[in-house]
Amino acid sequence: MQFFFEVLIGGLLAGVMYSLVALGFVLIYKASGVFNFAQGAMVFFAALTFVGLQQKFALPFWVAFACTLAVMVALGMLTERIVLRPLVNQPQISLFMATIGLAFFLEGLAQLIWGTEVRPLDIGIKNEPVQWAMDRFNMLIIKTDVAAALVAGLLVSVLAVFFNRTRIGRALRAVADDHQAALAVGIPLKQIWAIVWSVAGFVALVAGLMWGARSGVQFALTFTALKALPVLILGGFESIAGAIVGGLIIGAAEKLAEVYLGPKVGGGIEGWFAYVLALVFLLIRPEGLFGEKRIDRV
Amino acid sequence: MLYREAGQFKTSYAADQQLFPILQDRVAVLAFLLIAFVVVPLIATDYWYSAILIPLLVFSLATIGLNILTGYAGQLSLGSAAFMAVGAVAAYNFQLRVPGMPVLVSFVLGGFMAALVGMIFGLPSLRIKGFYLAVATLAAQFFIPWLLVKVSWFSNDSASGVIAAQPINILGYAFDTPASKYLLVLAIVALLALAAKNMVRGRIGRAWMAVRDMDVAAEVIGIRMLHTKLTAFAVSSFYCGVAGALYAFAYLGTVQPEDFNLDLSFRILFMVIIGGVGSILGSFLGAAFITLLPIFLDVLLTDIARGFNLSLMPGTISMAQLVVFGALIIFFLIVEPHGLARLWQIAKEKLRLWPFPH
Repeated sequence: MQFFFEVLIGGLLAGVMYSLVALGFVLIYKASGVFNFAQGAMVFFAALTFVGLQQKFALPFWVAFACTLAVMVALGMLTERIVLRPLVNQPQISLFMATIGLAFFLEGLAQLIWGTEVRPLDIGIKNEPVQWAMDRFNMLIIKTDVAAALVAGLLVSVLAVFFNRTRIGRALRAVADDHQAALAVGIPLKQIWAIVWSVAGFVALVAGLMWGARSGVQFALTFTALKALPVLILGGFESIAGAIVGGLIIGAAEKLAEVYLGPKVGGGIEGWFAYVLALVFLLIRPEGLFGEKRIDRV
Repeated sequence: MLYREAGQFKTSYAADQQLFPILQDRVAVLAFLLIAFVVVPLIATDYWYSAILIPLLVFSLATIGLNILTGYAGQLSLGSAAFMAVGAVAAYNFQLRVPGMPVLVSFVLGGFMAALVGMIFGLPSLRIKGFYLAVATLAAQFFIPWLLVKVSWFSNDSASGVIAAQPINILGYAFDTPASKYLLVLAIVALLALAAKNMVRGRIGRAWMAVRDMDVAAEVIGIRMLHTKLTAFAVSSFYCGVAGALYAFAYLGTVQPEDFNLDLSFRILFMVIIGGVGSILGSFLGAAFITLLPIFLDVLLTDIARGFNLSLMPGTISMAQLVVFGALIIFFLIVEPHGLARLWQIAKEKLRLWPFPH
């Protein structure tokens, strides 16, 4: 029973990591209707830039953070200007494929600049078990996982406050609802998109830091970021709460399946279980748990 | 002036319905086939065969498959490499376990197995569209290679996991030199490409395009969704399966499900995008572009590095490749969303008038 809880908690915490990446997706999709396949690459780029700056120039944590944040904001604005604005009225598939191109571009660029070796990321929290849980319940819970969960919770609250209480947040929600109506009331669409991509870059940076602390900054990060897609399908593309809930479900289900179903089929389920789960979900409830139902009009 | 169709009268329905109605087109295609079958074997080296021509042809076939699915039928798929894997492993198993099985038949049967698997993973397309479907095909892309590796029966219980593909022997003639393999692959690809060109302008092709453009309206006018979408998946997976079998038998010489990974799926998708979505010629152009680009980049970068007396780090060329691919995708999507095939079409339009202004 206790082992079950340990696996469950491990899975939930892993799911929080997925949610962090999915949050970036949701932000961009909410505001501009673009499915940003490059979010994983942005996470990787942010993490690698942070580590590179930290190690190459021996910068303290917050200075490196600020510099990387500036880089991500600049990247977001450039992306919006160069990639998205020319493709404004194209079908969604074109935009999606453009973000695939962007993903490849960022992955290659990051490794061209900073090199391809795996780098450990140090954010001051060690990758060791929480001693208290170990002593009291004999359960293995890693400190960085708990830190990631706390950071995710903080991030979601900050984003919730930002969206609901500030003027810019209101403008973002308006743009997410209806671009043309937002234009009609005078909301500067292009600035809003630049802001959204920058916020997504910030979220990518946070996600990158957490992921990097957990398993080192390496190219495989982009594949784990791909797991955010099933998270989005479960949670709904337009919902922040959905990203969190979806992430928790996917993380827990994946780990539990690997531990309990894995031995029966020879292991290695983790690679595809999330996607098959998302596939099944798509057939039952295509819009996700918290998403908006799509109505096709001809 | 050269590319006019004025003066070409059709006096029978058959002539009117032919694949290449314009004489110049027919001449061009025949010339190309002649060059490919006769001239290239006279001048090409073994390196050209094994490193450039054979992969180019194999990838063109896979790209035609994906083009049928994504370009003509509008179902975005990120799982084409998985279907290639099914084709390769199935062809290997048919060749292995059925005594006296001709190689060509095992290729075709491999394609059929891939078509079957494609239809199964295409069933979700009846309920979901767009990039939701892309995620569903991602499930196929991750699940199928896992299954092919896990179930050791597929790899004949080989301990190392590396299966050597059987040598190709047709009617007693062994296709073991790169030149002979090239001719075999060329023949198969030419045949299947012609079949694809015929399919997409026929009734099923029009049904696919109707579904791509507006599927609700297509259903309203009586096009059967189930039939059309599943046929798209089946035909596309058949092409990918045969391409996979050729990839294993004629290019690599080994059958390794791990080779058919997400990266390969993305490469084929890039070939479709750059070559031209919804165009058979575009599949060839895109495949040629993506196959030749790494070699070109390699040569260019090593030359530049030598020119500046820098030494290249090992990962640099592959990373530069990623950067250039990504930038090219974005460039093509912005500048010419219909890809190289459209550029060729524009050139043909201009050729019709040249040298006259109108």
